[in-house]
Amino acid sequence: MEKISDKMVKLTLKRLSAEDEYPDLSQHNNYMAKVLTQDMYKKLRERATPSGFTIDGVIQTGVDNPGHPFIMTVGCVAGDEETYEVFKDLLDPVIEDRHGGYKPTDKHKTDLNSGNLKGGDDLDPNYVLSSRVRTGRSIRGFSLPPHCSRGERRAVEKLSIEALASLSGDLKGKYYALKNMTDAEQQQLIDDHFLFDKPVSPLLLASGMARDWPDARGIWHNDNKTFLVWVNEEDHLRVISMQKGGNMKEVFTRFCTGLTKIESLFKERSHEFMWNEHLGYVLTCPSNLGTGLRAGVHVKLPNLSKNTKFEEVLKKLRLQKRGTGGVDTAAVGGVFDISNADRLGFSEVELVQMVVDGVKLLVDMEKRLEKGQSIDDLMPAQK
Amino acid sequence: MASSFTRVISGRNTAVMLAMGAGTLTSGYLLSDNMEAAERRRLYPPSADFPDLRKHNNCMASALTPGIYARLSDKTTPNNWTLDQCIQTGVDNPGHPFIKTVGMVAGDEETYEVFAELFDPVIKDRHNGYDPRTMKHPTDLDASKITSGFFDERYVLSSRVRTGRSIRGLSLPPACTRSERREVERVVVTALAGLKGDLSGRYYSLGDMTEREQQQLIDEHFLFDKPVSPLLTAAGMARDWPDARGIWHNNEKNFLIWINEEDHTRVISMEKGGNMKRVFERFCRGLKQVEHLIQERGWEFMWNERLGYILTCPSNLGTGLRAGVHIRLPLLSKDARFKKILDNLRLQKRGTGGVDTAATGDTFDISNLDRLGKSEVELVQLVIDGVNYLIECEKRLERGQDIKIPSPVPQFRK
Repeated sequence: MEKISDKMVKLTLKRLSAEDEYPDLSQHNNYMAKVLTQDMYKKLRERATPSGFTIDGVIQTGVDNPGHPFIMTVGCVAGDEETYEVFKDLLDPVIEDRHGGYKPTDKHKTDLNSGNLKGGDDLDPNYVLSSRVRTGRSIRGFSLPPHCSRGERRAVEKLSIEALASLSGDLKGKYYALKNMTDAEQQQLIDDHFLFDKPVSPLLLASGMARDWPDARGIWHNDNKTFLVWVNEEDHLRVISMQKGGNMKEVFTRFCTGLTKIESLFKERSHEFMWNEHLGYVLTCPSNLGTGLRAGVHVKLPNLSKNTKFEEVLKKLRLQKRGTGGVDTAAVGGVFDISNADRLGFSEVELVQMVVDGVKLLVDMEKRLEKGQSIDDLMPAQK
Repeated sequence: MASSFTRVISGRNTAVMLAMGAGTLTSGYLLSDNMEAAERRRLYPPSADFPDLRKHNNCMASALTPGIYARLSDKTTPNNWTLDQCIQTGVDNPGHPFIKTVGMVAGDEETYEVFAELFDPVIKDRHNGYDPRTMKHPTDLDASKITSGFFDERYVLSSRVRTGRSIRGLSLPPACTRSERREVERVVVTALAGLKGDLSGRYYSLGDMTEREQQQLIDEHFLFDKPVSPLLTAAGMARDWPDARGIWHNNEKNFLIWINEEDHTRVISMEKGGNMKRVFERFCRGLKQVEHLIQERGWEFMWNERLGYILTCPSNLGTGLRAGVHIRLPLLSKDARFKKILDNLRLQKRGTGGVDTAATGDTFDISNLDRLGKSEVELVQLVIDGVNYLIECEKRLERGQDIKIPSPVPQFRK
């Protein structure tokens, strides 16, 4: 006991002053850099979470990636559930800025009852090519990908495999560990657009979440290939429901049923998801707090996307556009990935509703523009 | 096995719930009070954390056994550097069937002692059987001992000698904090400002460089950039780039120091042409003067008689020295015996872009293979004698004469 505290004191003494340690953020443009002052850094470097995660661990990715003048990245990650408590001086203002003014005292609503969704089963398949809902879940008691040891990561994998193996009916499926995959399996998963690979983005690498790749990483999917779980990529679990066409209601129903079932399977094994009533579901990146939900479609909008009002419409509908390769890709052939911009402060049902209603409107606008008609009367109010 | 593993998991959860309930929420989460992290780590036996190295081909993977891992995984250096941190780069980079990388790095000087049980066999593997437990490494920076150090410039285009030096008392690039890294920069830049005569020069901080300065340094082949090799980035040495990184060079542009790249410092003496003796003479003189200047301020280089100069990568221990030339060998390089000749001369060929590049045309970078167990003078002499032999072979082939594979250069002095 004495030996450990001696080492700790020596560590504290040897560390030079906070001024000397404070990162140079003068060229930086991310939420962490906007918020972290030298005084705040000085206070927070005296702290650590129970599993030993420190402020330097939280901010390393934001220090290493100064960001882009046009795109504001988050610039910080959590190493465990307690990070959001221990380093709240930094994370609360980052969360508030990133999530549209969400206050430290606000409460987040969780609603995974797909019956509450109105409509959503009839998006025009001539325009809406596919529908998808994803979220993430973290298993309470284990460190998150930036910080976890190999033992913890393997434990998360083992628990996940056991829970998923109990799914039945249209959710019955199989697990493919990344390191054991055959070439044939790998090719199939690529063709199905299911396979995730070792991250190359420096935003992710700098946080330490790619360590020991591909140990304890894998993909589970059901036999119907409509429900998919990623294990130990950026989060403990990423849960995805998807199918071709515009029946978002069906996708969301499967999503809710599957998630609820998985949660109860974990509970049977004495584990629960990280969740609290302020932050909702707790995930690695502060941008994914709350619902962690991104509901989206691949939709053909060749005319609307060239219209000067496109950006404004998306903003009013609280929607975001991406290329069909996902985040940081460009649109190909007028086909866009349109999804909700928010994660926190709205429930799952509310967000999917926004997407369903919003995409319906976008398709209507597209049809108008095809016929050479005006879309002015269709302009929505700010949601 | 499965059931004991499950018990470990539920045991951990219980510990977490107790900790969350008891003092943790009120304790303020102070780093200096943090005993729990070490205790939590112990809930997972070393076997749960042992890396999967079955597809790996590097020196670390060849040497690391579950037994060694179990004995070392609880230890830390005085700077809190762990075994997992040493080996992370080797776990993340399985290697190549043809090229055996080292697969581990040091975080500080004490790493080589605390984790000796793993570093010693890796050092032995990488450095031709050198045994740090029983052997001593000779240091010799007396350039006057060099003979025939002037190459035929019809073949040799340039000559260069490089090494690294670490500042004792400060952690190495994989482990250092921002303040330590800045301290290294301060200590070295202050010392370099004291160099005079043909060694006087100027420092360019990577972060503050103008575009014009940057272009100039690129044109002179001086500029180093943020590493992209996953071998280096996985070791954590590129954190906080470009903070406290920079390049110093003398006004004559033949003596150059990199600060806080893969090592605290890399010291380079180079010039066009074949005067390797002068390159090495300036190298030794410069190194000695820099050492003297830091000693005046109470600092010294990391060095001991078992391992010589201490650097981040075990492959650079001893002299850390790579002495080499850019040389044209159009005929010899196509001869089937080229590789064997190089092997016996203890020389290595690289492309003219440095490590992991391909040769352009017939021009190669030829340098010493070895770093540890022979002194600087011995290695440079070996390169001089070896390159002269290669030039002789090339000339013979030009005249249509046959060449011989030389007998292998002896290993360590006993």
